[in-house]
Amino acid sequence: MINSSLKTLAQMLANKEISSVELTQTFLNRIDAYNPEINAYISLDHDRTLAQAKAADVRIAAGNATALTGIPIAQKDIFCAQGWKTTCGSKMLENFIAPYDAHVITQFDHAGAVNLGKTNMDEFAMGSSNETSYFGGVKNPWDFSRVPGGSSGGSAAAVAARLCAAATGTDTGGSIRQPASLCGFTGLKPTYGVVSRYGMIAFASSLDQAGPMAKSAEDCALMMNVMAGFDERDSTSLNREKEDYTRDLNKPLQGLRVGLPKEFFDIGIDPSTKDPIEKAIQKYQELGAELIEISLPHSSLSIPVYYVLAPAEASSNLSRYDGVRYGHRASEYTDLMDMYCKSRAEGFGAEVKRRILIGTYVLSAGYYDAYYLKAQQIRRLIAQDFEEAFKKCDVIMGPTAPSTAFKAGQKADDPVAMYLEDLYTIAVNLAGLPGMSVPAGFATSADGKPLPVGLQIIGNYFDEARMLNVAHQYQQVTDWHAQAPTLDKPEGSA
Amino acid sequence: MEWEVVIGLETHTQLRTNTKIFSGASTTYGAEPNTQACEVSIALPGVLPVLNKEAVNCAIKFGLAVNAEIAPRSVFARKNYFYPDLPKGYQISQYELPVVGKGAVTIQVPAVGKNAAYEKVINITRAHLEEDAGKSVHGAVEGMSGIDLNRAGTPLLEIVTEPDMRSAAEAVAYAKKLHELVQWIGICDGNMQEGSFRCDVNVSVRPKGTEKLGTRREIKNLNSFKFMQQAIEYETRWQIETLEDGGTIQQATVLFNPDTGETRAMRSKEEANDYRYFPDPDLLPLEITEADKTRVQAQMPELPEAMKLRFETQFGLTSYDAASLTASRELAQYFVETVDAGAEAKPAANWVMGAISAKLNAEEKSLAESPVSSVSLASLLKRIADNTISNNAAKQVFEAMWNGEGEVDAIIDAKGLKQVSDTGAIEAIIDEVLAANAAMVEEFKAGKEKAFNALVGQAMKASKGKANPAQVNEVLKKKLGA
Amino acid sequence: MALSTEDIKKIAHLARIEVSDSDANATLSKLTGILGLIEQMQAVNTDGIVPMSHSQDVVQRLRDDVVTKTNQREAFQKISPAVGNGSDARAVDGGLYLVPKVIE
Repeated sequence: MINSSLKTLAQMLANKEISSVELTQTFLNRIDAYNPEINAYISLDHDRTLAQAKAADVRIAAGNATALTGIPIAQKDIFCAQGWKTTCGSKMLENFIAPYDAHVITQFDHAGAVNLGKTNMDEFAMGSSNETSYFGGVKNPWDFSRVPGGSSGGSAAAVAARLCAAATGTDTGGSIRQPASLCGFTGLKPTYGVVSRYGMIAFASSLDQAGPMAKSAEDCALMMNVMAGFDERDSTSLNREKEDYTRDLNKPLQGLRVGLPKEFFDIGIDPSTKDPIEKAIQKYQELGAELIEISLPHSSLSIPVYYVLAPAEASSNLSRYDGVRYGHRASEYTDLMDMYCKSRAEGFGAEVKRRILIGTYVLSAGYYDAYYLKAQQIRRLIAQDFEEAFKKCDVIMGPTAPSTAFKAGQKADDPVAMYLEDLYTIAVNLAGLPGMSVPAGFATSADGKPLPVGLQIIGNYFDEARMLNVAHQYQQVTDWHAQAPTLDKPEGSA
Repeated sequence: MEWEVVIGLETHTQLRTNTKIFSGASTTYGAEPNTQACEVSIALPGVLPVLNKEAVNCAIKFGLAVNAEIAPRSVFARKNYFYPDLPKGYQISQYELPVVGKGAVTIQVPAVGKNAAYEKVINITRAHLEEDAGKSVHGAVEGMSGIDLNRAGTPLLEIVTEPDMRSAAEAVAYAKKLHELVQWIGICDGNMQEGSFRCDVNVSVRPKGTEKLGTRREIKNLNSFKFMQQAIEYETRWQIETLEDGGTIQQATVLFNPDTGETRAMRSKEEANDYRYFPDPDLLPLEITEADKTRVQAQMPELPEAMKLRFETQFGLTSYDAASLTASRELAQYFVETVDAGAEAKPAANWVMGAISAKLNAEEKSLAESPVSSVSLASLLKRIADNTISNNAAKQVFEAMWNGEGEVDAIIDAKGLKQVSDTGAIEAIIDEVLAANAAMVEEFKAGKEKAFNALVGQAMKASKGKANPAQVNEVLKKKLGA
Repeated sequence: MALSTEDIKKIAHLARIEVSDSDANATLSKLTGILGLIEQMQAVNTDGIVPMSHSQDVVQRLRDDVVTKTNQREAFQKISPAVGNGSDARAVDGGLYLVPKVIE
């Protein structure tokens, strides 16, 4: 059951083979058993969760169920959920109980989904290993000595370890796709503006986008049907007609033009990763796809550009955490200035502080043109590269991450090495395009463990349905996505 | 050395909208602290701004009113600084691309002493939309300040002038003109007590005849014209004295203390600010099309300048009278209503600017509070025009109307002020007067013109002031063969 | 554009983050590394390129001027921070948020 697709679970619920309460309890039991080790969840509230499951059962019995009614979903702790502690992985918000719901949370509520809990994440979504979380690191279910990726590391580990039916994540520079790659499941970052950011705690507003993290492309499509849609409370939410993301899943791929950016295979890629990616691409050829070499000449600049724009926006977005109205306030201070400086020094972790400082610096008098403006100009060049590329192909493929999951602590003290984790994903955020990571096989670690490798699929604006189709067809002829790690029995269990 | 003061103004006008600029929270003044501070106003994590359509309409109206360029595309930017009344740690404002560009207003600077009144054009540099901050309340708890965020997010239009003013009088004339204009076009309630209209005044001095601007000091948050006058005069004197004593002026933000009449530099703003402006990623470019402008133009009232010209041509008023009547929209409206109710324009203008304005000033009342309505005034003026009462009697009737003693005709009857215009009756009176004042008649005939006036006076007295003076003149002339 | 610890302190002050001398030194080396990465941008000629703030070329949507928010002071002030200085009391009084005295 824990490995069942969302569609299967919905059928079981509809056929009364199982109740939502039973299904939810199954996941809660797994969470209780494994979460102390994996640390995928920051906040759990069994009573609240089971109350939702009960309500879902009533709704199913009344015949008003949607595709996700009664399905237990893990929510990244970046989404405000009324009555839930919403920490964003930070000491700053350690005791922050959200007094309102994010749009995404409301959408799942309306669908009758069950909120299983709030998942761990890098502090304010700044990180690629989940190690910047104030609530501790998260273990990669494939190898507990390794990181799950980040920033949506808790959601990633929860999906991989089957501690939820599916999860939400957010992706500013790769935070859905890179952990999906490192933990071996399917994750989608939609086109910027497709999912409302209202109530999603901001990191870099012009790049942040929420999306699904699930066991298959089909599950992601069902999640997208709930998450996507216009919201008048977000000025950047795009007012488009509601679409059914499952509509194209079964289309054949004959004639699909797959663009392969030569830059993605030249630089930074680990040989153990390159091999599964090349095999996956071969598979697409077998499915009728045509391979086309393309070039994204400015893609190597995406990291420098990102590390100007994202910290600049973040430095401003995080100014509201001043200890005045909510959040952490220092216990000792001499005056207002001291209260600000101490509350923020205590409330934020090292990586968040670094990014605030970088952002403050690049925006400060005399540097704006050389940094911020320049970065925005190169951002356009990067977007134009994609525009050119999509004249020649329908989707772009390449690796999601330069390597498989790395050891905890390995890059924690080297921000630049950590930043290079997002080498292939960041350009997609800068352009505002949709991107996915799909399990494409395994590499074997030095100590003999299989580590998942993710294939990245980048689509043109609003081409999510086509990308899900491309991923789904691959998942009909491969079973990488269906593989789950064997978890060691938790300590103390029989 | 002779010095010249150079003044520019930045005015924050609170726009008359129901809700805040970026959220649906009410902007009603005077609510209990933080009861109008919604999740956007207090900047909870995850909240986002959406721009209020009416705030944009207000900006367009202002742009049209000062004949300014209205930007087809303007951009909201974040101004970053920490202050407890600024919940996000940044103010959403406009920086490089404001909604309203260059425009101008013409001011009337009143006569002072030997200096005659004059007109001057003040150039508007720009006007931009932004959000207001909250308020800090001091003294409620010892050693602490209380923060009320009800005002946070109230829409403001910040209107910036060129450094075009050369005296406190010009600055005040501009501020008054602007104050009237924003109320005229309905974008601001003009309530200075409640902070709806606040001026920051940049003052510098330079030797007369030189071009280079001196270092300026900015007087913050002036919310009365009297204080503005005092503050600029004090600041100007202070800067001149400082320079004449061999000192230099440091750029500074200063506050005016009405109790001492002095300005002093603010402590909190001493450190140089670095606002780190950048385009707000939560908001998209604001587009204003020609169609938007046309739509707003259709909602615009006739502007004071146009109305002034119309009063001159349509009613034959002098430029001075027309300007005075269009100094405020309610005054102009009162005048127009008086004329519409049947009064002749020139007397209506004289009475509105004379008796009515004098009474209102003396009793510190607004036109809306006037006990004499425009229609009542018109009926009074009609009684003058149709010779029912004399001008002198009209003054008594007006006084009675002001005191609530009733309508015009009832008062005339009650006081017996009706003018005698019956020629037979007047001839009878004059015959009596001539018989009783033979000496005066002789004097007149001997060439003493003054005697004629004395005889008119006697006739008026004999009629108890009710005789129509024009008729008395006429009949008397006839009888004396003059 | 080499950074100094003085620069770090100045930036940290602008950002209202307290840094000790040792923090400033550690931060300096990390930030220098990151700025080195960022410097790669300078190799690209961007003359005449229009800066890109948003990925979609759309304009701001406007909201009708209708009151939609109600008073939620009680709910919002329940999550106000503890007053600090060792006390458990919330930093609110009479509906106002309390901060150390603001000096103008």
